[in-house]
Amino acid sequence: MIPTEAYLILSLALFTIGVVGVLTRRNVIVVLMSIELILKAVNINLVAFSRHFGSVDGQVFAIFIITDAAAEAAVGLGIILAFFRNRETVLADEMDMLKW
Amino acid sequence: MTSQLPFFLAHIWLLPMFPLVTAAAMLFFGRKLKNDAINVLCAGSVFISFIFSAGSFLQLLSLPQDNRIAINVLFEWLPAVPFHMLDGRLANFVADWGFQLDPLSGVMILVVTGVGFLIHVYATGYMAHEGGYYRFFGYLNLFMFAMLMLVLANNFLLLFVGWEGVGTCSYLLIGFYFHKKSASDAGKKAFIVNRIGDAAFLLGIFMTSALLGTIRFADIGPVLAKENFEVGDPRIVAIALLFFVGATGKSAQIPLYVWLPDAMEGPTPVSALIHAATMVTAGVYMVTRTSAIYVLAPSALAVVAIVGAITALFAASMGVVQTDIKKVLAYSTVSQLGYMFLACGVGAFTAGIFHLMTHAFFKGLLFLAAGSVIHALSGEQDMRKMGALSKKIPITYWTMLIATLAIAGIFPFAGFLSKDLILGKAYEKDALLWAIGYFTAGMTAFYMFRLIFMTFHGESRVDHEVEHHIHESPRSMLIPLVILAALSIAGGWVAWPEILGGNSVFIRFLEPVVAVPHELRAEAAKGVSSRMGEIGLMLLSEGLVVCGILAAWYLYIKRTNLPQMIANRLGWFYRLVYNKYYVDELYDSLFVNRAKDLGLALGAFDRTVIDGAGVNGAGWLTRFISKVSMWWDTWIVDGSVRFGARVVWLLSIPVRMIQDGLVQSYMLLVVIGLIGFLAYYFHIAHQAMH
Repeated sequence: MIPTEAYLILSLALFTIGVVGVLTRRNVIVVLMSIELILKAVNINLVAFSRHFGSVDGQVFAIFIITDAAAEAAVGLGIILAFFRNRETVLADEMDMLKW
Repeated sequence: MTSQLPFFLAHIWLLPMFPLVTAAAMLFFGRKLKNDAINVLCAGSVFISFIFSAGSFLQLLSLPQDNRIAINVLFEWLPAVPFHMLDGRLANFVADWGFQLDPLSGVMILVVTGVGFLIHVYATGYMAHEGGYYRFFGYLNLFMFAMLMLVLANNFLLLFVGWEGVGTCSYLLIGFYFHKKSASDAGKKAFIVNRIGDAAFLLGIFMTSALLGTIRFADIGPVLAKENFEVGDPRIVAIALLFFVGATGKSAQIPLYVWLPDAMEGPTPVSALIHAATMVTAGVYMVTRTSAIYVLAPSALAVVAIVGAITALFAASMGVVQTDIKKVLAYSTVSQLGYMFLACGVGAFTAGIFHLMTHAFFKGLLFLAAGSVIHALSGEQDMRKMGALSKKIPITYWTMLIATLAIAGIFPFAGFLSKDLILGKAYEKDALLWAIGYFTAGMTAFYMFRLIFMTFHGESRVDHEVEHHIHESPRSMLIPLVILAALSIAGGWVAWPEILGGNSVFIRFLEPVVAVPHELRAEAAKGVSSRMGEIGLMLLSEGLVVCGILAAWYLYIKRTNLPQMIANRLGWFYRLVYNKYYVDELYDSLFVNRAKDLGLALGAFDRTVIDGAGVNGAGWLTRFISKVSMWWDTWIVDGSVRFGARVVWLLSIPVRMIQDGLVQSYMLLVVIGLIGFLAYYFHIAHQAMH
């Protein structure tokens, strides 16, 4: 049986990759994908602890998060599409309008 | 009271009003009137005044001798003002618009309106071709109004109104040809010199009011009697001297005579009316009117006599060398006025008034005749360019000769009687005064006949251009000459002296209103005047007059080159007299230029101190303060505001660096914050475990 720590290490790795991707990539689509990675890392964590404690609560949460991620991806892509139509770019470092 | 008086005496206040009305008409609407209408109105109003004067004079004669006075009070001028007199008593200052006719003012109104009317008639001919005809007659009528006010006033203040009025008209008429600088200067000079005398006169009125508590002429004698002033009381002397200074201004006596010769710049009828017959005699009238005060001030009377005598001599000496026909007459007028003051000064006020009247006749005539000569010669006034005119303008010649005989004092012309009366009174008082007057009489005969000989006899020195135009004057000018000539002969007969079988009607007529000095009163009581002495004096002066005439004849007819030789021989003395003793220059350097210096100094003071330090200084100070205030605003007020802004801006730099708008950098901060928070949390948790 695979120990819980292994799941957590995987989860940590995924989370780290996701965070670094969010922080470093210029393309917003890649950033969205990195966010998905972070969410998946959380999901793995939830599922791992669900099995570790023999409770299904964590799995229920995971289902919620998947649903939520789907909705979020749809909204996020919609924003990106709208933004691209206005500014003809999807690069994060050119999106500096939040300071105004 | 008024209702009991006969018509004319009850309405004497109307007398000055006739000329006033026409004067107003002239000055307001005269420009639109034709010359004929102006003649009728102006001469007519003076004629009505004359008729009125004659009427009131006759009615005055019909009153009892000791009560010949009529007073009309038109209205109260100044309401009674209480004031403290010099001695502390309370009195009321009252001045009425009141008119008084007594023998003295009766004589004056007859002279003023009579001679005035003749001169008006003369002026209609003389001024016919001059511009400003209506203006001339308007001023002339205004003058008649003021002069009548002067002689009819029943108090000092109203007299002063007339006094200033005649001064103003004199100024206006001297400067009638105002486009000529010398004429306007002469007008100013007359006005300013008179102002000096007027100031003293006004002070005299104040003192009279303060000392006696009244300024009514009729009250002065009774108050003086009631208060029992001593003879020679210094306050009375002060009043008398102040009045006399006023009189020297108006009547052209030393030291204020300088304006009268210059006043000849005015048209000749003006010289005749104002500067010979009427206005300049106002001083004599005033001194006589206040004789009650003068008899209490023997020292002031002595001053009057001495100034009068010296003026008579001094002016006559200047008249001897003048070459302008009107200037000779001007100095002669000053000299004759000196005689009148001499008369007043020796206490013979009636003699002064008598000479005033005869002088009005013959000096008025002399000026009018001189005007006729000037008229005939197209404006020439220099006697060196005249001569041999007696055949060409005979009526002018004969009338002028009569006036000259009168002023020279030839028996029985008017001037003889009045001048001899004065000389006789002077002799009774003081031999030296008489000697000066006597010598002056000789000089008068000399310079007047010099004038006659240079103008009418000898060879003609007239310019050829002018010679063709010589013509006798029109009738309107000649008739007044003839009438005045008749008066110059017979005008003095009203005071035919007792010594020559007359009864001095005129003198007796005036006596009730004129005070007599105490010592004369005493002498009259003793009856010391010696008959033989009087006749002797007359013969003596006749002798000198004849000598003067012969000297003039010898110098200006017989040996015409002699005067120049004498002038050369005398050298500096001749130049001194010819230049009028440099009195004008002396006054210029002493007073006129000093006054100008004062003006310049005050002007410089205004420019530098008031304008410079004051106005400009205030401007400079305001600008300086505004600069300081602006510096404060810029650097302190605005500076602190900008400093605050700069501080906030500096502080904002790090914050701005954080807020760069990049999602990823926010994210990075979130991550760093999260890591920091976790590290802290675990640190706490770790510590808690131990």
